[in-house]
Amino acid sequence: MTRRFIRPVPPAEEWPDIAGGGLLDRRLFLRSGLLLAGSAGIRNALAQGDAPLPWLHTPGAPFSAYGQPSPYERYTARRIGANRAVAGNGVSFTPLEELAGTITPNGLHFERHHNGVPQIDPALHRLTVHGRVRQALAFDVKSLLRYPMRSQTLFIECGGNSNAGWHSEPVQRPAGSVHGLVSCAEWTGVPLSVLLDEAGVDADASWVIAEGADAGAMNMSIPLAKILDDCMLGLYQNGERLRPENGYPMRLIVPGWEGVLHVKWLQRLELSAQPVMSRNETAKYTELLPSGKARQFTFTMDCKSLITTPSHGQTLPGPDIYQITGLAWSGHGRIARVEVSADGGNSWADAALQGPLLPRSFTRFRIPWRWDGTPAVLKSRATDDAGNVQPERATLVAERGRAGYFHYNAIIAWTVEDDGLVSHTY
Amino acid sequence: MTDWFRTRTERVLLLTLPALLAACAAPVAPRTESARLGQPVANHERLNVFPDGRGLPPGHGNVAGGRELFARHCAACHGDAGQGGTAEELAGAKRPLNASSPDKTIGSYWPYATTLFDFIRRAKPMNAPGTLSADEVYALCAWLLHVNGVIDGDAVLDAQTLPAIPMPNRDGFLRIEAP
Repeated sequence: MTRRFIRPVPPAEEWPDIAGGGLLDRRLFLRSGLLLAGSAGIRNALAQGDAPLPWLHTPGAPFSAYGQPSPYERYTARRIGANRAVAGNGVSFTPLEELAGTITPNGLHFERHHNGVPQIDPALHRLTVHGRVRQALAFDVKSLLRYPMRSQTLFIECGGNSNAGWHSEPVQRPAGSVHGLVSCAEWTGVPLSVLLDEAGVDADASWVIAEGADAGAMNMSIPLAKILDDCMLGLYQNGERLRPENGYPMRLIVPGWEGVLHVKWLQRLELSAQPVMSRNETAKYTELLPSGKARQFTFTMDCKSLITTPSHGQTLPGPDIYQITGLAWSGHGRIARVEVSADGGNSWADAALQGPLLPRSFTRFRIPWRWDGTPAVLKSRATDDAGNVQPERATLVAERGRAGYFHYNAIIAWTVEDDGLVSHTY
Repeated sequence: MTDWFRTRTERVLLLTLPALLAACAAPVAPRTESARLGQPVANHERLNVFPDGRGLPPGHGNVAGGRELFARHCAACHGDAGQGGTAEELAGAKRPLNASSPDKTIGSYWPYATTLFDFIRRAKPMNAPGTLSADEVYALCAWLLHVNGVIDGDAVLDAQTLPAIPMPNRDGFLRIEAP
């Protein structure tokens, strides 16, 4: 094995800025480890603790059948926003600013329910494939678990994620409580092309209408070409069977397309020559333009990124070197580049992207930043491998107006005050 | 026979070479032969109602019947006249769709009348979805379309009349990624 030559790293105060506001070369963390000027203070605090630590001197808790997070992490939780008259109609947000890496734990995956979470007995559940097929077929869960499967790490984002971005004033809530209707998991299941092939697709079929087994049997139309290309019947989420709130015993996985199409508790697929024009593909999940016309069948979730640290509600303890980190994703493919600005978009520097760079999946980005204690505005801007660039908010609003509600993917900005407090800004 | 065919292996290789080359050039079929475990079904439930009326059941309903049903099942959340409450507005649009804060009601926004039947039958009322009869769903459609000014007060809706209703915003949509 060849030993790599490591250049000595100069002291942090000599690191040159590579963009305005104190952004530093993205490779510095990799070469040097994290050199925080303020870390001496943390060491002192630890040295003062001279009371005996009880976990060193008493036996710990016994085994548990299903592990739970530390009680000290109980505030890392989904934030719920539900209809006050119908408790099961609403959303819960993934606390993106509390998480690291790219995989969303199953208990923190965002939720959107239209009328609650059904508790489905898998022995009584069937998936029926019918309509324009040679032979309508019903599949039980046990049978589906015997089919050849594949796994894919994919984000799912609600079409209504970040909709507060259309408001005239920036909403002051934590990053995840505004932008956390997006999560990322490894999904395992059966390619839908296999099941449709078994039923025999008629030549004139061009849509598939998916329907859930929730209270309301929510239905959505999806182009057959997409279903045959890369959609799957999701049975496992991050290695375990789906959680009830994510569609147990089975849900649609529609890579890169809006969340509402990933129909949970899937019970029927009807093949058709036409879309059904359901309530959720006409009255909802369509975007009014200033002209009064509405965009419909806007399936792909566009290129987007978000700085999760520092972000709204956090406080920087003082001038120091910090790691800016966040997430980027695109329904069009892989993330090719994330740029970060610390001066409100006047200058940009490339962030380091954590590999592997998977298509239609979260990509974690990081860049070191020397904050000098003066007010700063932080932004991130993602580019995907199809060449799509995340737009500035003014550009998106000029194109779409502010009444569209869905598909908000503009650049998100955080302002850092001189006292270190971080809040949302436009 | 030349030296090239000294062994049996070489002879087999030479004889099968054209077939091997053809196999390499042919498209690969990577799909694993899957289980075929679907059970044929015939008389399963079908809830989808299409814009051309396909999927609509027999039955009928009128505006007066729908007014009563709406008051009983819907008004608590949607308001007495569908003006909205804890649930969204369904009728009474004042601001047009090109206003900065438009009213998206059934009358001003929904492109197909059949969507009403499809949605009400499967999803309403929220405390007992899927429990209304076909007659009741037709009646609720009638009341909602009447209170939106789309049909007259004496209209009766059934599988023939409902899909024939021209909705005001029928052409208001741009199909961005539809085939």
